[in-house]
Amino acid sequence: MARKPRIKVPKKAKAGDIILIKTLYSHKMETGLRKDKKTGKIIPRMIINSFACKFDGKEVFSATLYPAIAANPYFAFFAKATKSGTFDFAWTDDAGKKVSAQAKIAVS
Amino acid sequence: MTYVKHLKRVAGFMGLGLLLAACAPTEDMDSSLKSGYFYATSGTQAMQDEDIDNPAFIWVDIGEEMWSKVEGEAGKSCASCHGGDASSLKGVSVSYPKFNKDDGKLRALQDQINAERTERMKAKPWKWEGDQMLGMTAYIKLQSRGMPVNVAIDGKAAPFYEKGKAFFNQRRGGLNMSCKNCHVDYPGKYIRANLLSNGLPNGFPTYRLKWQKVGSLHRRFRGCNKNVRAQPYKQGSDEYTNLELYISSRANGVASEAPAVRM
Repeated sequence: MARKPRIKVPKKAKAGDIILIKTLYSHKMETGLRKDKKTGKIIPRMIINSFACKFDGKEVFSATLYPAIAANPYFAFFAKATKSGTFDFAWTDDAGKKVSAQAKIAVS
Repeated sequence: MTYVKHLKRVAGFMGLGLLLAACAPTEDMDSSLKSGYFYATSGTQAMQDEDIDNPAFIWVDIGEEMWSKVEGEAGKSCASCHGGDASSLKGVSVSYPKFNKDDGKLRALQDQINAERTERMKAKPWKWEGDQMLGMTAYIKLQSRGMPVNVAIDGKAAPFYEKGKAFFNQRRGGLNMSCKNCHVDYPGKYIRANLLSNGLPNGFPTYRLKWQKVGSLHRRFRGCNKNVRAQPYKQGSDEYTNLELYISSRANGVASEAPAVRM
């Protein structure tokens, strides 16, 4: 069921460059405030509650998400390229399920 | 940068379009017709250039998910026959709508998907404008992105083509306008606040900013028909499928961009 997250990291960069990283994960982001139209019962909350981006194990960006954030959360942020390495992205939902993705960058 | 790349790509296909025009038996082929991409604003073009910025890819995700989902009594999914991903269908979607010899009808890609679902998977057909159908058409058409549209209009498809052409040129509705009145006579000009394009279907199913979601070509037809105050036909009707064949033939040789982003 878990869909593939989409990430965009430049493949190459020069040392010292400011690079733009874009991520998008398709998720319903059920707020826990909606009612099922047929049964009248509240649909339990199920959102991505945290997102983190690490570079070679060191955190460069993280966010805590709340129910007011719309479906398919999209993050774009900047990072400074210093050396070649791997970006690790992780999304965690309310059930504790973690979805991760990696992207490599070559810095010259 | 990507815009230049796109121009080069289109220039390449325009060459191909000329080549096709030289050998194909049609009087309507016009290689000067441009994709709706050229009539879009730079912001809309930028959304389409980057897959991550293109909201249509949320539907592509849905399609990818449905591809391997087993449904129906036969216990099959699309992947059971076509393989793990849709890459085996590369180049297939550009030839739709296509004449089907089994039932003697013209089939749009959606008709074909539903036929496979009911006949092979023994599953329920999808609704034309449902997220699953939109997702699957977007996912399948994505495999052929960049390839020139190439529908057959000769042989058995010819009568459908003629009907589609007649529909295109037929004035209708309270404003008494035909498709041709705008999309052949005045492309590049404004109709009130909207810029008219050549009316090519190479980007459909497309994420339309006005709709805030992906929609089918037939939904667009309905919108056009309503705008001229005509009674629209149903999605998947013979009238619209014939029209789809005709305007696809106008787009023959133009690169498929589906899923595109349009105003």
